[in-house]
Amino acid sequence: MAELTGRWHAYRHLLGAQVRSQTAYRASFAIDLATNAFIPVIDLLALLATFRVTPTLGGFTAGDVLVMYGLSASAFALADLVVGNIERIRIYVREGLLDAILIRPLGVLAQLVTVDFTLRRIARLIVALAVLVIAVTRADIPWTPARVALLGWAPIAGAVLFGAIFVAGSTVAFWWIESGEIASSFTYGGRDFTSYPINVYGQLFRRLFAYGLGFAFIGYYPALALLGRSDPLGAPDWLRWCAPAASIVAATAAAIVWRFGVRHYRSTGS
Amino acid sequence: MNDTVIETTGLRKEFTVTRKVGRLRRARHTVAAVDGIDLRVERGELLGYLGPNGAGKSTTLKMLTGVLLPTSGQVHVCGLVPVPARRRLAQRIGVVFGQRSQLWWDLPLRSSFELARHVWQVPAAEHATRLARLRDALELDPFLDTPVRQLSLGQRMRGELTISLLHAPAVLFLDEPTIGLDVVSKQAVRAFLTELRDRGDTTVVLTTHDLADIERLCRRLVVIDHGRVVHDGSLADLHARYGSRRRVLVELDEPLATPLQVPGVELEASTAEGRLLTYSLDGVSATAGELVARLASVAQLRDISVQEPEIEDVIARLYTTVKDTAVSLPSQPDPRGRAPSR
Repeated sequence: MAELTGRWHAYRHLLGAQVRSQTAYRASFAIDLATNAFIPVIDLLALLATFRVTPTLGGFTAGDVLVMYGLSASAFALADLVVGNIERIRIYVREGLLDAILIRPLGVLAQLVTVDFTLRRIARLIVALAVLVIAVTRADIPWTPARVALLGWAPIAGAVLFGAIFVAGSTVAFWWIESGEIASSFTYGGRDFTSYPINVYGQLFRRLFAYGLGFAFIGYYPALALLGRSDPLGAPDWLRWCAPAASIVAATAAAIVWRFGVRHYRSTGS
Repeated sequence: MNDTVIETTGLRKEFTVTRKVGRLRRARHTVAAVDGIDLRVERGELLGYLGPNGAGKSTTLKMLTGVLLPTSGQVHVCGLVPVPARRRLAQRIGVVFGQRSQLWWDLPLRSSFELARHVWQVPAAEHATRLARLRDALELDPFLDTPVRQLSLGQRMRGELTISLLHAPAVLFLDEPTIGLDVVSKQAVRAFLTELRDRGDTTVVLTTHDLADIERLCRRLVVIDHGRVVHDGSLADLHARYGSRRRVLVELDEPLATPLQVPGVELEASTAEGRLLTYSLDGVSATAGELVARLASVAQLRDISVQEPEIEDVIARLYTTVKDTAVSLPSQPDPRGRAPSR
């Protein structure tokens, strides 16, 4: 127990150091924050532009889709803030920096996300949460305690799911150093995918992303639950509340893939 | 008490190499980077681990530090099996990989040490004592508040040494600690390692290509080539094995009345009517000091000079000639090693 708290303490200090070095130059940090805040705004404008040509999308109004977007953007921004820099594993593997991580008495994954923590991404999270709050206040939601709780945990469960994709995707770097943007197509692609109702997608695409990778649980199902609507595709109503379970499954799978990757690295050294 | 800090038996690491043979076909074959290394290192030893590039030095170090999993063979460091016990081992060892910094690039050097205290969970008082000693020994004070990225290579290496020792490791692994350093920094690092060695409680394993490092620091040398140990012994053993000898040149007022008999000393040349003598020493049983003392007791000395054997030649010869004949010396060196006499 004492060891665990000590380790937690260590991660906190690593995080603190990273934040200190990033905020050392205040002006440049402020510019970083402002540009990052802009990113979800641009996405949002693209989304709203769609509704200039059609009043509804798959039977959902702009207000409904805005709830999905708010959930998805918040989940993505949180995941990106916490584990997004795991993408840098490529650089660590290529330059042998992972060895320096392995000789410290701390977990590999936890070290990677703390030593490269990028605070400026918090701006995206703040904007995304603001959009979510505006969306749910403007949408016609029959509020119940269960729905209030869902609004609290849905972005977190979604972030775990996105985080699992980030981690599992970046593990490819252990086998294929030049893995490039493969992981990004699933993470950034997933963010765009989850901003829209899944019934607008083609069947193959929907099966692969919405169900296969569980992206339906990030924006679509929680939004249906909030709005008190059933899935036009016919999924049972209880499924709308299952984001936490889906995120646990995804996180477990990602943990297995990650351990497998680290073991591979340690037997091949590349 | 068991004083063996590192023990390996039949340590082996294979890598799979894929080679292009056709437009699409790839041929795979396995290469043994480390091919059956047996090594015992006792507490307090300073071991020089040498070998040409690609001999398997770094691969061995990675297996000893828990970074790489051996293909076969046994390895124990501080009584632990490195890979499964990685975190616990990390508390007991310090590692300086020349090119892979443990320091925080954008923060003042001082902050890296403070972070290391939390990473290795060192009690504050112990940390302060050790840091004070290391600051003093490695003269860190002038650049303690400088961001690491602004440090010179020599300053950074002194920082790396400090951070690797703040948790009082039982073993320190150094991968080319003096590579690229200027003369002054090299000397500072060497002087520090000499002191560490002489204190005797930290075991040090050092890989280097620097011959001065070897002469100044390493009482025991393990030379590997093609993943096998080709020499394990002191520098003197190495000289003895390859027949390199130190020479003592003396100039006397008068020739010697009777030839001098000292074990391990041979008269190589006698010129200027016996007044200019060249003795060669086998470097193991006789010291230049003994020889000079004996000479001074029977004759009047005018001038003395000592010629060191060329270690460059010895190592170069070792790297080129013993490729296939992996013979280890019959004698296991004692834990304190035998430093070449000076």
